[in-house]
Amino acid sequence: MPRDVAIIGVGQTKFARNYQGSLREMVFEAFAEALRDAGITAREIGASLVCSAPEYDKQRSPAGLLAEYLGLNPQPTFVLENICASGTTGVRVGYSLIKAGLHDVVAVIGFQKMSEISSAESQERMGRGADIMWEAPFGSMMPAYYAMHAQAHFARYGTTEEDLALIRVKASKYGTLNERAVFRKELTVEQCLSAAVVSSPLKVYDCCANADGASCLILAGAERAKAISARPVWILGLGAASETMSLTGREALDGLRVTRLAAREAYQMAGVNPGDIDVAEVHDCFTIAELMAYEDLGFAEPGKGVELIRDGQTYIGGRIPVNVDGGLLSKGHPIGATGGSQVRTIVLQLRGEAGPMQVPGAEVGLVQNIGGVGIYSNVIILGR
Amino acid sequence: MGFEKFGRKSYTAQTKVAEFVDKLARGEICATRCVRCRQIYFPPRADCAGCLNSSMEWVKIPERGKLVSYTRVHYAPAGFEADAPYTLALVDFGEVKVFGRLSSAVEESGIKAGLEVKPAVLTTPDGQLTYEFVPV
Repeated sequence: MPRDVAIIGVGQTKFARNYQGSLREMVFEAFAEALRDAGITAREIGASLVCSAPEYDKQRSPAGLLAEYLGLNPQPTFVLENICASGTTGVRVGYSLIKAGLHDVVAVIGFQKMSEISSAESQERMGRGADIMWEAPFGSMMPAYYAMHAQAHFARYGTTEEDLALIRVKASKYGTLNERAVFRKELTVEQCLSAAVVSSPLKVYDCCANADGASCLILAGAERAKAISARPVWILGLGAASETMSLTGREALDGLRVTRLAAREAYQMAGVNPGDIDVAEVHDCFTIAELMAYEDLGFAEPGKGVELIRDGQTYIGGRIPVNVDGGLLSKGHPIGATGGSQVRTIVLQLRGEAGPMQVPGAEVGLVQNIGGVGIYSNVIILGR
Repeated sequence: MGFEKFGRKSYTAQTKVAEFVDKLARGEICATRCVRCRQIYFPPRADCAGCLNSSMEWVKIPERGKLVSYTRVHYAPAGFEADAPYTLALVDFGEVKVFGRLSSAVEESGIKAGLEVKPAVLTTPDGQLTYEFVPV
C-alpha cells in the first residue's frame, strides 16, 4: 500500500445558490481554510492546479487571476478541465507532480460560480458537454442522458422510481446535517415521487442543483507531509478512465464501464477490495448515478444495488455508508469544486472530524467522481 | 449543403461529412465506412481511428433497429423549449447505434426497450433537416 503522497489540508466554502461575492473572494475562502487546516503559508506551495469547467466562467484563464489573489505568484499555476471530474483530476495531476519530484507541496483548487447564467442556459452548456455535432442538435442535456441510463437499468433489472427516491431521501437526511450543503430540507419518498418530471423517469428531486462554491486540497510528499502534519491522510490508490462521449459508442447504458475500469485500477494500486471500504463519496449528480456507482464500484453485484438502498446499507451504521454528507444531491454541484469537496469529506471522515456525519472508526475511504455522462471517471482510495 | 442545416439547432457549420445533410435531403440516413478496413461508423466520420485512413464511403444504415433506451424530456435546454416534451432515444441497428428523437406521435406508455423502429427523415417548419425513429 503506497504512502507517498498525503492530503494535509482541506477547505470548502458553503455551497450556495448565489454566492454573495466575486469568484476570487469565493475561492479565497476555501483556500484560506485549507492553508489554516494544513498549518502552512502560501509561500510553501510549489504549484497550484485550478480545476474548473470554463464555459461557466466569465474570467478567462482563471489560474493567473487566482494565483495573484491567493498570493501564489511566482509559483507555476494552470487550469485542469474534466467537466465535473476536474477536481479529482487535479488530485491525480498533483500526485504525479509530487511523485515526479517537481514539487513538494501542491494546492488543488476547484470552483464554479454557476449563478451568473440562467438554469436553461446552464442546461444548454451542459448539453454541449456531449457530442455537439450529433447529439446536442436533438436537444440533449445531462438529466436526459442519465434518464436514459435509468430507463435502461429499469428495463434490465426491474429497478423502480421508488428505489431512486430512496436514494434522494438518504441524501436529504444527511443534507440536514451538513452546514455546507445548499439543500437542507428532509424529503419523503412521496415528495420525491410527486415532484415534476424533468426527463422521465427523473423528477426534480432525482437531480442535483447547480450551485456556487469552491474547494481546496493541499497535497504533500511523504517527508513533508509527516513533518508538517500530525494527521496526514494518504492517497493509497488512484484510478482513471475515459469512455466514448457519444452514447452510440457505449456497450450498455445500465452502468458505467468507465467507473468499473477506474475502480479496478484504484483497488489494485491500493491493494484493497470493495469490502475494505469503510465510507464512500460517489458522484450522485442524479439518483441513478449513485445506484450505478454501487454496482460499478463493486459494493453490489450488477442489478443488486437496489438491495443496498432498500435495506438501508448505505446509511451510517450500514455495510457501506455512501454520501453521508448529503452528496451532490444535497450539497449542490458547483462543477469544478465537487471533486475537492468529495475528497474533503473523506479526509474529515478518516480523521474522525466529520461531526454528526461521522462513520465510527473509518480507516479506508473511497471517492468516485464522474465527468459528463460517464465520459471521465476518477476513483481515489484514501487511508489513515 | 452546409452542416448548419442539420438538427433542430446545429452547433457546427463546417465538417468533411457535411454530405450527410445532402443525403438526408434525398431521404437517406447514412453512416460512413472505411474503404480500407471496412469499419462502419455512426455518427459518420471523415477519418478511421482504427487504420488512420481518411478515405470513407457512405452506406445507408439498416432499415430496422431496436430501441436501447429513451427518455421523455419535459424541461428542455435553451433553444429547444418549443419542442418539449420530446423523446430522445438510442437505437441499435446492429452494425451501428444511432442517437436521435422518437416520433412525437408515440405515447410514452407505448415505449419500451426492444421496441422495433425504422429511421425517417424529417424537415422542420424552419427548414432544418433531421431524422427521427418511427415504430414499425
